[in-house]
Amino acid sequence: MTPAPAPWDEARAAQIIRAHAGLEGALLPIFHALQAEFGCISDEAAALAAEILNISRAEAHGVLTFYHDFRRSPPGRHVLKLCRAEACQARGARTVEARVTGELGVGFGETTSDAAVTLLPAYCLGLCASGPAALLDERPVARLEGERLERLIRDARA
Amino acid sequence: MTSRLFVPKDAAALAVGADEVVRALTQAAGKAGRRIEVVRTGSRGLFRLEPLVEVETDEGRIGYGPVSPDEVAELVAAGLFDGAEHRLRIGPPEALPFFARQTRLTFARCGIIDPLSLNDYRASGGFAGLEKARAMAPQAIVEAVKASGLRGRGGAGFPAGIKWETVLGASGARKYVACNADEGDSGTFADRMLMEGDPFLLIEGLLIAMRAVGAAKAFVYVRSEYPQAAQTMTEALTLCRGAGLLAEGDIEVRLGAGAYVCGEETAMLESLEGRRGQVRAKPPLPAHAGLFGQPTLVNNVLTLAAIPTILSAGPEAYAALGFGRSRGTAAVQLAGDVKNGGLFETPFGLTLGELVLQIGEGTESGRPIRAVQAGGPLGAYFPASLFDTPFDYEAFAAKDGLVGHGGLVVFNDTVDMAEQARFALEFCAVESCGKCTPCRLGAVRGVETVDRILAGRDPGASLELIRDLCDTMKFGSLCALGGLTPLPVLSALNHFPEDFRAPHEAAE
Repeated sequence: MTPAPAPWDEARAAQIIRAHAGLEGALLPIFHALQAEFGCISDEAAALAAEILNISRAEAHGVLTFYHDFRRSPPGRHVLKLCRAEACQARGARTVEARVTGELGVGFGETTSDAAVTLLPAYCLGLCASGPAALLDERPVARLEGERLERLIRDARA
Repeated sequence: MTSRLFVPKDAAALAVGADEVVRALTQAAGKAGRRIEVVRTGSRGLFRLEPLVEVETDEGRIGYGPVSPDEVAELVAAGLFDGAEHRLRIGPPEALPFFARQTRLTFARCGIIDPLSLNDYRASGGFAGLEKARAMAPQAIVEAVKASGLRGRGGAGFPAGIKWETVLGASGARKYVACNADEGDSGTFADRMLMEGDPFLLIEGLLIAMRAVGAAKAFVYVRSEYPQAAQTMTEALTLCRGAGLLAEGDIEVRLGAGAYVCGEETAMLESLEGRRGQVRAKPPLPAHAGLFGQPTLVNNVLTLAAIPTILSAGPEAYAALGFGRSRGTAAVQLAGDVKNGGLFETPFGLTLGELVLQIGEGTESGRPIRAVQAGGPLGAYFPASLFDTPFDYEAFAAKDGLVGHGGLVVFNDTVDMAEQARFALEFCAVESCGKCTPCRLGAVRGVETVDRILAGRDPGASLELIRDLCDTMKFGSLCALGGLTPLPVLSALNHFPEDFRAPHEAAE
């Protein structure tokens, strides 16, 4: 289980941004660090990063919205990434996808109403001979069938 | 006496319970009053055996797999710690035909050593290439790479030595090496396995490259879908930094953020600069004006990881392996519905059929093979009639396909090829960076057109339209995402036309 995200704290955010600001091309590492701390990157956080890096808000916003990983609103307690790519398809990913979305009652990009889990698509997790595969928070899970699939769904809802 | 055990911590082993197996082993050893030491390795790369547990015996390492946590107590009672007989015992893993038939150069240590032990790495010949390179002039290193015939393993297959020479000869205030570890192609996992199983080899390759081209900084751009690989690379770099090994300059791991297009070299450079991962028009080539406008050597993980061997064993030995203009070994990745899924390192030249039927032993499900997608989501679907195609850049291109990063995804006879063609276009639409029109709009229109065909709405004109669209995408797109998406689409159309019929038509 990943630690619960911290509530927004401007001073802490500024501290995180400054800690990475010296890196070459620092915006992605900054966004990753902010998201790790606060669970998402609010418009406030993006604006602060822009101000400290001396780039325009539009530029920071453009980067924030380009990448699938970055979220502008908080996720559920867990993030479940289900692989949808070809190698997993060849091993039954479409069936697993139907089962998981049905069981959780959400589609890709959505969070369950009890805020337990956010379901996201992944396009390859590099577990291509052991699919169908998923990443629950940062834990890889593969050969999703039978008890392992049931356990994944239970863990995601916990 | 302490028994030494080896259990992988490769993501593919973790994903099927390797950590639970280690906990169960420790518990069972405690109960039995045995002392054990568990070394966490990378994976040897035959994934149906994971979690694979190996024990050191007088006759070498003996493997057991796949081991599930609830079988551990029984295994220990049967004498696992002494290498005793059991139905899960596979004997010495390297004697299995899947491993015995390989030529492991790049993956020689993967699954064998502790990936974060500098002592293990050195004891197995590590840093020999770097030591040689440090006694050579940069131009001599470049000549060695040229003589090896090594071509870029990311997918494009450009001669590595020529690229190195270009960066060496380019002038700039500073130079960079950027390692592309954004392994996004479905069916590929070789970069991940290497970073998790032998990260020092990649670091050694990077240091040699930095010395050869005169770069004082290198980046390793790892996709965020690979948290374990990023972690292992980061820890390996910390160890090297602590041991004073990064004499050529610092190496930084940079995490991607879930954009497939960032595997395209110029999009990756944009991303490293902290911008949207949109592709750049070429020229200028990254070798002339790459990262922050400076001369930059961009190479894939496997290209850089081949370098230490080329220098330590000599370029001639590397060039002696292979087929046609594809020299050295290829990291073939068998994936999808295949019995022996995993990493098969072999000189180029085996045929596609040999790889999936003899090495892969056909499907895991037992159903007949209908298609093999080679080279990732932008690669063609090959029918069984093309199984005589040798694994070689030119031979695959001649069949309108590509070797790409070496992934082969096996599909059984339940696959619907129209569904796969639709997915290729849908994927392109999701991942398009949006910079050029043929890719951004073409992919969306393509999905709509396939849907029209399947709904039986004017199928003749729609089929003509999709070919026309593919032609526009192929010739009009800025990069390989839009430019190669037509490969899976057209190969599905050309080799499996029977799948592109509306339900009522197919029933007739």
